[in-house]
Amino acid sequence: MSANASLVEFLTAMADDELLIGHRDSEWTGHAPILEEDIAFSNIAQDEIGHGLVWYTLLETLTGRSPDHMGFARPAADFRCSRFVTHPKGDFAYTVVRQYLFDEAEQVRLASLSDCAYQPIRDAAAKILQEEAYHLLHSKGLVERLGHATEESHGRMLSAVTTAFPQALGLFEFLTAEEDLVHSHVFPGHAVLKERWLDRVVPVLEKATIAPAATRSDLSKLAADIGGRKGTHLPFLAEALADMQRVFQSEEGAAW
Amino acid sequence: MIPPRTSERVWELLRTIPDPEIPVISLVDLRVVTSVQLDGCAVSVTLRPTFSGCPALHHMREEVERVLKADGFSPVRVTVDHTVSWSTNDLDASTKDRLRSMGIAPPPMRTHDLARDLGAPVVCPLCGSRETRLDSTFGSTLCKQIFFCHSCRQSFDRFKPL
Repeated sequence: MSANASLVEFLTAMADDELLIGHRDSEWTGHAPILEEDIAFSNIAQDEIGHGLVWYTLLETLTGRSPDHMGFARPAADFRCSRFVTHPKGDFAYTVVRQYLFDEAEQVRLASLSDCAYQPIRDAAAKILQEEAYHLLHSKGLVERLGHATEESHGRMLSAVTTAFPQALGLFEFLTAEEDLVHSHVFPGHAVLKERWLDRVVPVLEKATIAPAATRSDLSKLAADIGGRKGTHLPFLAEALADMQRVFQSEEGAAW
Repeated sequence: MIPPRTSERVWELLRTIPDPEIPVISLVDLRVVTSVQLDGCAVSVTLRPTFSGCPALHHMREEVERVLKADGFSPVRVTVDHTVSWSTNDLDASTKDRLRSMGIAPPPMRTHDLARDLGAPVVCPLCGSRETRLDSTFGSTLCKQIFFCHSCRQSFDRFKPL
């Protein structure tokens, strides 16, 4: 695989993760349980889609394919997001837990890119990381409080994390170009990122009394929900894309 | 008489373009213009986004193009570099004063410890009281948060430190 093709795969995976979680977050606009959370998730959605745009814009310099093409004109099988970010928004507990697990993964992924051999990725990651700090503060704060606030919140958060955790492990599914990307110092590899992520999330979930397995080692061995990075998706992605792409595809090339 | 085609003229024009959401400050005050290059009447301007997802960027880009063309520059090329970081630490004192005059509390310094940056007391831009509380970490736009002042009993926006 050429260096260019490896970077394209890497950037597409990151960009697609951002776009899809942003879309799922946006589904809370007007529907969140309280006004502050409605505002928060609408903002976070806008941020994540913006981060997708940053990565798609970098991709355009490599492939010539526009961000609009990437977001609105590709079929599901061409997306390289993890399955994790494609699941329906679920209840609010699931949304909070998914966002938290995703935010921590973003932290380790973006921080690792400060050593990326490809400078545009290094620069963009530094910018995105500044903005991501707000997401983590928010989602982590909710996990810490809701984990043992009331019997109901505990039960719902535990159920959400039991569902979300194996899905989240799918974020660390190896890319086709994994070896090449590690070898050429683009990123340290998903095996390393997964360990760093576990170092961060396991103590937080344990303290919030909602760890879905007894030990870190048990948690890391849960069967990961993989396939997304190879384009093998659950039906949820096609459903989300039908919604996201409908306007664009109804009159391709139309301008305001 | 047509003003001379200089980069000073370009900067002068850019200083007249207001931020679409906070019209008391210009694109230059906001530090989104990162470079101006001139070749005869042809001008090339590079912008950096504030928050990556800020929808105002599109409007800013169009305004720069419109204002420079109206002054006779041609062709006008506006590019956006999404990889360049932007920080509220770059805003100067006069820009922060103008934010205050519009009822927006200016951002504190952003450090590596965001939780601590956000924990510092915030002065109400409407009455000057320090008796304020954070109502919502996220606000009406990506760059703002919602605060409440116990003294004048008003809600106000605070520019997020980035």
